[in-house]
Amino acid sequence: MERFDHLHVGVLALQGDYELHEHQLGLLGIKQRRVRLPSDLNDLGALIMPGGETTTMAILIDRFGLRKPLIDFGRSQPVYGTCAGMVLLARHIEDNQAGVNPLQLMDIDVLRNGYGRQVYSFEETLRVQIASGIEEIRAAFIRAPKVTRLGSAVETLSVYQGSAVLVAEKNILAASFHTELEDDTSLLRCFLSRSLDRQVVDKVP
Amino acid sequence: MINFDDEKHRVKVGLAEMLKGGVIMDVTSAEQARIAEQAGAVAVMALERVPSDIRAEGGVARMADLEIIEGIKRAVTIPVMAKCRIGHFIEARVLEAVEIDFIDESEVLTPADNKYHIDKWSFKVPFVCGCRDLGEALRRISEGAAMIRTKGEAGTGDVSQAVKHLREIGSVMKSLTVMSSEQLYGIAKEYRVPLDLVRIVAKIGKLPVPNFAAGGVATPADAALCMHLGAEAVFVGSGIFKSSEPEKRARAIVGAIAHWENYEIIAEHSRGLGDPMKGIAAESIPEEHQLQTR
Repeated sequence: MERFDHLHVGVLALQGDYELHEHQLGLLGIKQRRVRLPSDLNDLGALIMPGGETTTMAILIDRFGLRKPLIDFGRSQPVYGTCAGMVLLARHIEDNQAGVNPLQLMDIDVLRNGYGRQVYSFEETLRVQIASGIEEIRAAFIRAPKVTRLGSAVETLSVYQGSAVLVAEKNILAASFHTELEDDTSLLRCFLSRSLDRQVVDKVP
Repeated sequence: MINFDDEKHRVKVGLAEMLKGGVIMDVTSAEQARIAEQAGAVAVMALERVPSDIRAEGGVARMADLEIIEGIKRAVTIPVMAKCRIGHFIEARVLEAVEIDFIDESEVLTPADNKYHIDKWSFKVPFVCGCRDLGEALRRISEGAAMIRTKGEAGTGDVSQAVKHLREIGSVMKSLTVMSSEQLYGIAKEYRVPLDLVRIVAKIGKLPVPNFAAGGVATPADAALCMHLGAEAVFVGSGIFKSSEPEKRARAIVGAIAHWENYEIIAEHSRGLGDPMKGIAAESIPEEHQLQTR
């Protein structure tokens, strides 16, 4: 994975399955760092927001002064959110009983646990549009969020039962589901490629 | 036949993965559940009585009344867990029927079956089970548990038993990684578990499902100690709502777990928390009154 040699990727590590994302980055030999405090974001080229509990992560983001630094980072740098990460990236959370304040880095609305509670969690093979074309990936939906509104600038890269489940808008990528529970790194590579492409774009005067 | 690659099992273990780095709090009312959620709990355990009250009051402890559990479920967005008695697969089916997110087949309740645990493979809902050593952990995993936690000695506020169980599991797992195949056969036989499972542990040096700590955690430092000893998240039972300022303590334990490697932050979260639960030394409890031996 020589292409990714110069990329330094952060993983938001306040709570959740961040170790699984770190494992996947490790499989590709990517330089990585845990992000727990604002200074951990310095000099990173991209950030992954893992799955976990949205409410917990949102509370810790505010408690440790990460809200503004994360928003600033996400305005210019590539960010990839899975499950809870997607919820935090959203513009608006429907039926927001816990009063979570999302980072609003992406023009989508989501419904938490939109596919139901844990007894309805499932795996599915999805067709996803990634740089090299259409690929099939195995996706785990675990108390997953459902996208209920897509902004006009948001691209849909995969659909399941009529709802967008993998979406992109400029430098932001978000998935309702997990692929990090196993060793299939195709979605991560898709994100890293997008990150590099953007770096190239950014460097054009 | 054990099939860890079974997709139904993977989504069960998947939820356990999402709870890592978090604090799961015992609650007995919707109000406590909301306090726990706003303090940053990753899940709540819905109970009728916390372990220290079960210990004090004695008698038979059973699955909580569904009215309590459902009230808690309506009050929060985070996952809701509930306890059933060891071997009581009907209590478990009832909890599954009301769509509880995780079931704790727990030694804190009075066991319903002194010989068998529940066959957890046949459920859609994931299970967590307690253990004191690696053999116990692997037996529960071979029955289909999607998460393991230490037993500790629940309801004491004394972390020493959780520490003992974490150290025991950690050191034996480490020894497995350097054993010969003949020795691994011996371990499988001694533990009464499938050889495949022993081989997996020997290969990866850890359990094939998340490994959490429980039993006696009462302070932010207790919680961080468990993380340093190999726990991947922490259950706090009586420790929060039996302390003088539950909201503050809950918030502090969540902060200490998120930053378990940062001692300055743990220090910041160890100030002005009021009185912890009073507790009793676990060593002073006669064996017949210990919950961990169940």
